Amino acid sequence: MNGGAQVTPQAVEYIRILPEIVLTIFGIIIMMLDPLMDERRSQRTLGAVGLVGALAAIVATLYQSQYPGVGFWGMVNVDSFSVFFHFLVATVTAVVILTSYEYMEVQQIRAGEYYGLILFGAVGMCLMSSAVELVLIFIALEISSISTYILAGFRRRAAISSESSVKYFLLGSFATAFFLYGVAMMFGATGSTSIAVIGQVLGSGQTPVLAYVGIALMFVGLGFKVAAAPFHVWTPDVYEGAPAPIVGFMSTAPKAAVFAVLLRILFEAHAPGRLWLIWVVAALSMTLGNIGALVQDNVKRLLAYSSIAHAGYLLVAFAALPANGIPAAMFYTVSYAAMNVGAFAVVSHFASAGERYVTMEDYAGLGRRSPLLAATLTIFLLSLIGIPATGGFFAKFYVFSAALQANLVGLVIIGVLNSAVGAYYYLRVIVVMYMREARQEVPVSPIPLGLGAALAISAATTIYLGVLPGRVLEYATRSAGDLLR
Amino acid sequence: MVPLSYYLVLSGILFACGVTGFLIKRNIITIFMSIELMLNGVNLSFVAFAANWHALSGQVFVFFVMVVAAAEAAVGLAIIIAVYRTRETLNVDQVNLLKL
Repeated sequence: MNGGAQVTPQAVEYIRILPEIVLTIFGIIIMMLDPLMDERRSQRTLGAVGLVGALAAIVATLYQSQYPGVGFWGMVNVDSFSVFFHFLVATVTAVVILTSYEYMEVQQIRAGEYYGLILFGAVGMCLMSSAVELVLIFIALEISSISTYILAGFRRRAAISSESSVKYFLLGSFATAFFLYGVAMMFGATGSTSIAVIGQVLGSGQTPVLAYVGIALMFVGLGFKVAAAPFHVWTPDVYEGAPAPIVGFMSTAPKAAVFAVLLRILFEAHAPGRLWLIWVVAALSMTLGNIGALVQDNVKRLLAYSSIAHAGYLLVAFAALPANGIPAAMFYTVSYAAMNVGAFAVVSHFASAGERYVTMEDYAGLGRRSPLLAATLTIFLLSLIGIPATGGFFAKFYVFSAALQANLVGLVIIGVLNSAVGAYYYLRVIVVMYMREARQEVPVSPIPLGLGAALAISAATTIYLGVLPGRVLEYATRSAGDLLR
Repeated sequence: MVPLSYYLVLSGILFACGVTGFLIKRNIITIFMSIELMLNGVNLSFVAFAANWHALSGQVFVFFVMVVAAAEAAVGLAIIIAVYRTRETLNVDQVNLLKL
């Protein structure tokens, strides 16, 4: 914080937070339009404004990428790493808004602030990926978390939705307190909360004990947010009760942003003693997630356990050497976002009014009743398994090869065994869809335009990453170089 | 002058009280208050470290934490009201539609 010389920010610094500004403005527009409009017809218009906002944020990100550098007295840093995550978050936001269009009508939720909150949440996630100052990271984390706490409880009339919201809120705030205590310890150890300064102090050799405590506490807090074991207990409950499009949102965008924060803290700040910590958490997440998913009958819960397992695979990359691990982790967040948002889009369409049809039984015979829906869900599930020609395959491949180059043979063996276990329950869904006859006829309405677009984007991204992963990986490698410099 | 370690121990005790309250209390409001206690423990260590490093920034952070805690309280209490409306109880053992 070298204030004093320069009191007001320059114009270029506003460009460095342009996507956040754009998202905030559109969020405010939605909030102001909502009370002025006819309640029955406002939904579509406000959704459209939200969609335009998310697309404008993508454009703003592209524009911003030409002005890399630090802004606001060392608070935010725009580099190819932050641009990568901005792009990811804004795209996920757009796709989720497309999915929500029909969902909100079917569930008869009439509340315009739904779209506003999605945009405000995206502001926090974008800010997290470009923040290089621990207190700003904390504030961004809270902006994103508070929005998602509310969104989780949006099916207000359903008791399980408000229950999931309160569980998410209590455990999320509990985790935040741990993160903040870690920040305080780091501040005590180094006298600064700027990641660059902390990196200099910790990189110079002498490591104060407080720094170890700080890293451990921050890791606990962030581990909660990404649903890594042993901090994962809230995940299945929250994912089961929250509206399906929101689960697609909060299992991808905030997680990607928190992983970005973790990458910055662990690698840019030269965090001490990270290896064994990550080793244990990664192994536990993969194992507990996959074993938990084996016995699930509710598809949303199944995907919740699968997201715990995937957080574990992703953490494997964190234990690897930075030069290979960072690009592998970044690639994983993108391909995981594509397949998971897509899978939850299918779930949200199929769930129908009141989210009645979410058990495995209801999926029986889907392959016959709605071949297109079943086929797209199959693509996402195959990608979650990690079958070649899908994004999930290369994501796992890069993570495991990065770990092997760091000689983490044990961890890779655990990971590969877990992938085999995981294949069982994903394939079970596919088998039920195609091979089993439905006991009762569950209605499937035709795919509306918004959802169709969302599914097309997710499926295209999943397959693109599986066939031509080169460009994304190359960009991620360059970003890793930016981060480590 | 009171040494730094006294403040840190006190803040640790406050934080630990909050964690204990979070884990053993059964009323949602009390659990929520335990979280506030944890945040206040953190605030104390921020201020103590700020005095130790002669850095004003540590004291400014406390304001940020308080603002965020207030926002969290506003949203949290609204969520708790929503739960009470659907379940008519605030005991976590009875808010159990979702199996853990």
